[in-house]
Amino acid sequence: MSGGLYSTEKNDFDRTLDLKKVKPYGDTMNDGKTQLSFTLPVPAGEEAIEAAKQLMREMGFENPQVVYSKELTSGYTFFNCYGSCTRAIDFTAIRVPKVTSTRWEMHETDAFIRERIGRPIVVVGASTGTDAHTVGIDAIMNMKGFAGHYGLERYEMFEAYNLGSQVPNEEFIARAIEHRADALLVSQTVTQKDVHVKNLTELVEMLEAEGLREKIILACGGPRISHELAKELGYDAGFGMSTYADDVASFVAQELDRRINK
Amino acid sequence: MSKLGLDFEKVAHARRVARKIADDVQGFVNRYSTVAVERTLCRLLGIDGIDEHGVPLPNVLVDEIQKQGLLREGILFFLGNAMIETALPPSEIAGRVARGELSITRSPVQPADRIAAVLHPYVEAGLERVLARREKRERYLATIGEGAKPYLYVIVATGNIHEDVIQAQAAARQGADIIAVIRTTGQSLLDYVPYGATTEGFGGTFATQENFRIMREALDRVSEEVGRYIRLCNYCSGLCMPEIAAMGALEGLDVMLNDALYGILFRDINMQRTLIDQFMSRVINGFAGVIINTGEDNYLTTADAVEQAHTVLASDLINEQLALLAGLPEEQMGLGHAFEIDPGRENGFLFELAQAQMTREIFPRAPLKYMPPTKFMTGNIFRGHIQDALFNLVGIWTAQGIQLLGMPTEAIHTPFMSDRYLSIENARYIFTNLKNIGDEVEYKQGGIIQRRAREVLDDATALLESIEREGLFTALEKGIFADIKRPKNGGKGLDGVTEKSPRYYNPFIQRMLKVTI
Repeated sequence: MSGGLYSTEKNDFDRTLDLKKVKPYGDTMNDGKTQLSFTLPVPAGEEAIEAAKQLMREMGFENPQVVYSKELTSGYTFFNCYGSCTRAIDFTAIRVPKVTSTRWEMHETDAFIRERIGRPIVVVGASTGTDAHTVGIDAIMNMKGFAGHYGLERYEMFEAYNLGSQVPNEEFIARAIEHRADALLVSQTVTQKDVHVKNLTELVEMLEAEGLREKIILACGGPRISHELAKELGYDAGFGMSTYADDVASFVAQELDRRINK
Repeated sequence: MSKLGLDFEKVAHARRVARKIADDVQGFVNRYSTVAVERTLCRLLGIDGIDEHGVPLPNVLVDEIQKQGLLREGILFFLGNAMIETALPPSEIAGRVARGELSITRSPVQPADRIAAVLHPYVEAGLERVLARREKRERYLATIGEGAKPYLYVIVATGNIHEDVIQAQAAARQGADIIAVIRTTGQSLLDYVPYGATTEGFGGTFATQENFRIMREALDRVSEEVGRYIRLCNYCSGLCMPEIAAMGALEGLDVMLNDALYGILFRDINMQRTLIDQFMSRVINGFAGVIINTGEDNYLTTADAVEQAHTVLASDLINEQLALLAGLPEEQMGLGHAFEIDPGRENGFLFELAQAQMTREIFPRAPLKYMPPTKFMTGNIFRGHIQDALFNLVGIWTAQGIQLLGMPTEAIHTPFMSDRYLSIENARYIFTNLKNIGDEVEYKQGGIIQRRAREVLDDATALLESIEREGLFTALEKGIFADIKRPKNGGKGLDGVTEKSPRYYNPFIQRMLKVTI
């Protein structure tokens, strides 16, 4: 029934890698092996397991296997499953918008700003709206940074103002004007029911109304933010998971240079 | 006997310094009141409900006196005068004020003893209601009992209180001992408590009296079903700290996040406002038998968990003394600390073990609240589950009181039902499999663990001494905790603070402090 190590079944699929038809990889090219887990609102039992398998077929998996199931509470059953994915994607046709700046180390960025801008870049950052989490904006701005990547406060050529959390968009803009900010950084960590999208959109609209949007570099970041989403919402850049202060600093420096020294 | 070779004379010294810091704060607090404290008094007298615009009646009354610049007299002064004049109960007076039929500030001023006398039956009735809830909890604990410590603490956060009930009951059946209902984003900055049940919140529900009632009732049912008392936790924090304490006390909440320092640092609430509010809220929580949780663990989400570990201990010691001054016994102090060291750090686990054992030995009677890794949870749920397992190992080893279970999906989403199941299974496996490890294993004399604990204690003592020299307010302005600086006159809620006039009256504090064991 299954592929993999203990299978005696002959695998008759094509084992050559074709980037136009990429599939999940378990231990053999094109085996399509995928692990997934989910809960169904049904009581545990044979019927529940069969329901999970049928659902996996609906999702496009062959040979669905339920390797573990457990009733979490009356009427809700949890499944760990494996299956072979039948769908494939054309990797050669993938186009993802990315932040195009080159990522530099802190001293490289500082040197670049000193030479090309000739003054410190003013950055104002905050976790805005009702978002109470500062972990994102702190990781980018605080002296210490995160995971060995120093924050903007450590840079000689950034003047960084971290306003913390739950900053209303009005206040954020007021402080941007007060500090004559070159760039604004918005962090959004809490994202239930897409509240982050609403809040990010509102900021762009308010900046446009104030006639400030074009004068300022505007970037956002957070676990649910991608560059693509950011561009869609009218931002210059978006920084998602696994991006650090160096990414943000390099982008801001290069973007400001592009705008000033065009 | 210390397993860590801690010098308890040093601990006693640190405690004495913390006491001086707390006394200094208390000296300030005693002279002031706030709009939230005054609204709390309204609630304890049985004033509840909203006016035609949805404004809570306690706000209607307190806004009325604040607008006229009379907050310093206190709400009970005016309520007492109005009750003598009209012979109406407090709730009826609130209704009339809301409808614009009565102005409480226009009633003739009565002597203090007459005001006390007319309020007396309502004060006693409020205290009775709280005591009845406390006794109900104690009766459950005496009959059906409770889970072993560390209590398993999980959150529910669907934003719909009725959906939360399903999740909470499921978690209880899986073995959870404490259910925390997460509050909707942003409630801490509201200067009123919303009214009624929440069915659509952002990442949680409002802390409302109705939500408290719905969930406590559901947990009573499931407690009886599983034969184990399931505690309910909510957030007695933000601008309505003491009001939420009163609501919780009236509805039988068991555990409350309750920490002014957290609000100052992480919500930018004015420090004077929230320390005054905190005192009243802790008096209520102490009287109601509610376990408070403090928020020191959060310091390590912004500051480095190795370099700043001593700030957690120093803050725990200050919080302990502030709580004692509010009549809250050690057995109700869920002082916070956390497992937040970078998992890539060599011997990081030994440091975690040292710090947790140290906290245990310094606060032997407190049901310590131990927070799971959050800062270094990456979205790699598989590694995250192991990080949580190591956290659970330290929890059972060092006999923590309240284990806030980490979820493998931390930093991704609020927990699925299955996440909670996996986390409870993880904790139960480790707690059972290693139950007595703490009794069996000793630490090497002068080894990494012992040295680490002593170092943290020494650093915490030095920090406390420096805070004592300049006072807590100034120290907070300088950013001693969590690398965050807050000005004494900045932040939210300062306009709701008032110095008390000589006529100010609040009998609850004295009554609650007297009765508390």
